[in-house]
Amino acid sequence: MLPELGHFALVLALLLSGLQAFFGIAGAAFGRSRWVAATSSAVAGQIIMVATAVGLLVYAFVTYDFSVLYVAQNSNSALPLLYRVAALWGAHEGSLLLWIFLLALWTLAVALGTRSLPQRFKARVLGVLGLLSFGFLLFTLATSDPFRRLMPAAPDGRDLNPLLQDPGLAVHPPVLYTGYVGLAVAFAFACGAMLEGRMDQDWARWTRPWTTAAWAFLTCGITLGSWWSYYTLGWGGYWEWDPVENASFMPWLVATALIHSLAVTEKRGLFKSWTLLLAIIGFSLSLMGTFLVRSGVLVSVHSFAADPTRGRFILAFLGLVIGGALTLYAWRAPLLKSNAGFELTARESFLLFNNILLVVACATVLGGTLAPLIADTLGQTALSVGPPYFRPTFLLAMIPLLALLAVGVHAGWKRGNLDHRTRGILLTLVVALVLGGAVVLGAFGGRHWLAVTGMTLGGWIILSSLLDPIDRLRRSLSLPRAVLGMAVAHIGVGVIVLALTGVESYTTERDIALGANETARVGGYDFTLAGTQPVEGPNYSATRATVLVSRDGALITTLYPELRRFWVQQQERKVAGIYNRRGTDLFIALGDDLGAGRWSMRAQIRPMITWLWLGPILMALGGLLALTDRRYHLARREATAPAAAAGERA
Amino acid sequence: MKLGRFLIPLGVFALLVLFLAVGLNHSREVGVLKSPLVNHDIPQWELPLLNDPQHRLGSQALKGQWYVLNVWGSWCPACRQEHPVLLKARASSSVRIIGVDWKDDDADANEWLTKLGNPYTDVVSDRAGDTAINLGVAAAPETFLVNPEGVIVYKQVGEVTPRDWQNEFLGRLPPELARSAP
Repeated sequence: MLPELGHFALVLALLLSGLQAFFGIAGAAFGRSRWVAATSSAVAGQIIMVATAVGLLVYAFVTYDFSVLYVAQNSNSALPLLYRVAALWGAHEGSLLLWIFLLALWTLAVALGTRSLPQRFKARVLGVLGLLSFGFLLFTLATSDPFRRLMPAAPDGRDLNPLLQDPGLAVHPPVLYTGYVGLAVAFAFACGAMLEGRMDQDWARWTRPWTTAAWAFLTCGITLGSWWSYYTLGWGGYWEWDPVENASFMPWLVATALIHSLAVTEKRGLFKSWTLLLAIIGFSLSLMGTFLVRSGVLVSVHSFAADPTRGRFILAFLGLVIGGALTLYAWRAPLLKSNAGFELTARESFLLFNNILLVVACATVLGGTLAPLIADTLGQTALSVGPPYFRPTFLLAMIPLLALLAVGVHAGWKRGNLDHRTRGILLTLVVALVLGGAVVLGAFGGRHWLAVTGMTLGGWIILSSLLDPIDRLRRSLSLPRAVLGMAVAHIGVGVIVLALTGVESYTTERDIALGANETARVGGYDFTLAGTQPVEGPNYSATRATVLVSRDGALITTLYPELRRFWVQQQERKVAGIYNRRGTDLFIALGDDLGAGRWSMRAQIRPMITWLWLGPILMALGGLLALTDRRYHLARREATAPAAAAGERA
Repeated sequence: MKLGRFLIPLGVFALLVLFLAVGLNHSREVGVLKSPLVNHDIPQWELPLLNDPQHRLGSQALKGQWYVLNVWGSWCPACRQEHPVLLKARASSSVRIIGVDWKDDDADANEWLTKLGNPYTDVVSDRAGDTAINLGVAAAPETFLVNPEGVIVYKQVGEVTPRDWQNEFLGRLPPELARSAP
């Protein structure tokens, strides 16, 4: 009975999202104020229905209702509670429901959080969001109903994919999806502006905090995914340029470009049509990410639905939404004019280069991701492009971007007189070069120009980003959150650059085979296998090794890497033993049983890896600081009065 | 003219949708890419063995015998798809199959071979990718059939399917190599 109620709630949500789209878009177009007012009611109704459906599916999981097909496929009576809840997004149908739920939440946030917006514009934004909800709900109901019954009910479930039974993966998808779906808000704002045929600096100020929030979630989501693959896929890789990783990285690159071009549009009224285009592309890429993952057109370890019907539906939806938006763009964008100019060293120029380089980076990733598909279509062959392609092409765009960042943050708007900061910029460059060179030559040894470049750039960005906040504090000037947020986020970039340089250049890794009480030396550390023992988990049996790690005879830590075999799916999963010592990870993963108590293992010493997780946290924190800047709230309060008056007139 | 500029994104997107649509409905049929190397001598190559870098194997040493050269990497999903086909090929024929591990990590390559099985008679490592460049390899996997005179008689871009193996490879080999050794 309850699952049918869930299905019914989704049907109602579909109707409500249809109403929301109609009232929002048509109400604004024909100037019907009652229709416009009805939009918000539809939003409220829709979130209640979607939340009910989510709640009922979670309930079905928690109460082991194996008469629901999706539950039977992705849960088991031995599955712990945390994973029974997380199993909601363990496969295709539930992930879609999660997507819909998050879209409804963002829509609600827009409805509640934008009291200053003119009523008509807001109705258009909510209408576009309603259209997106409608499409996804229709897709779910037509091809992927999570409440489908299984007759007769299964005695027990087939269990959640063991790879997903991990705390990191329990949180990674919702956070990443929040970011993906958040880009829908920027997209809806862009469509709203195009429908309105008007786009000004106010528009950029409204759109900016929403975009920054979505970007911060994307940043965290991608990092969580990378961290998860680092410690569970077993071999210490944190980024493999897998199509699905790329699918999340491309919208991030464009969103990064978008938050920077929005700054130019807000401050100077420039880059208008470009900003609109980025908002469309950003969301298009996150939709395409869904398509690539769901349709199975690309071969990837992540894809869990390879059903051409679903693929066709998503493609048609993709064509309508993105094609529609781009048609609107081709029609409206030529009307947008910006007459202001700027000089070559002005901040506008730097942000222009930032945008070009980020979009180029995104295009190279897109090219590499789609290359197998395009080759398959044209030449009828299947081939793969891997890290040998991605690494150098990506670096080629990133190195100039990073160098420009260190200088660009000091450039003023319009005129861009850098004179007052020339000394500071050069001084930080010299300090970074000396420090970077010292670290590479002294601490790590070996002279690799790429390592020196990385260390210098990372250090330079950090030092250079500190100049402005320090200067403001010294002169007892105010430090607005936007300025502080920008500095923190850029320091995060620097930290990531340092970390990547350290990890990529100085990781030592070796495959070793150890019997009981044998020792292998890897990167100055001694790994001794003390023994292995069987361990029983709630739904798996594991072999746990005890590995002593010492350096110069002194014991540093004991690691317990595990090899878990899950009962139901008979699939193995590694859990690496990791000890963090001053930012360096001592990592050991258990490989295969070689017989007679001997095991193959992979030992790694990864310096600076902690910084790799710290950097994105700083970036997201910077975003959070920036979007809580006073001017967004002040503007809201100031704008409330005239907007209310305008609402009455309408 | 000025309006046309704003139509570019739509055009690019339409093209992309076309590719996705074809890709979605496309049955994966693998074909042959015309290569200037076919019917010519294989470029001279010599590479260290993956697990015994002191020893090297190359075109000189292989003169006088048929061999299949398969360029792969553990980072390559299409190679993973192709892998079972090669395993079967190895088991059912006695031609020498040499794997060129291209721009790969030795540990990852070994992990792959132990986990998924080793279809190769010999595995050599092309870490720097020089040999792959000489062979005109654009992306993995690519597979060459070389005759005793050192001439490339067939080159396959992309994965080898069971049918390709039957028609394109076995069909060109002398019968005693095309079946497994007794």
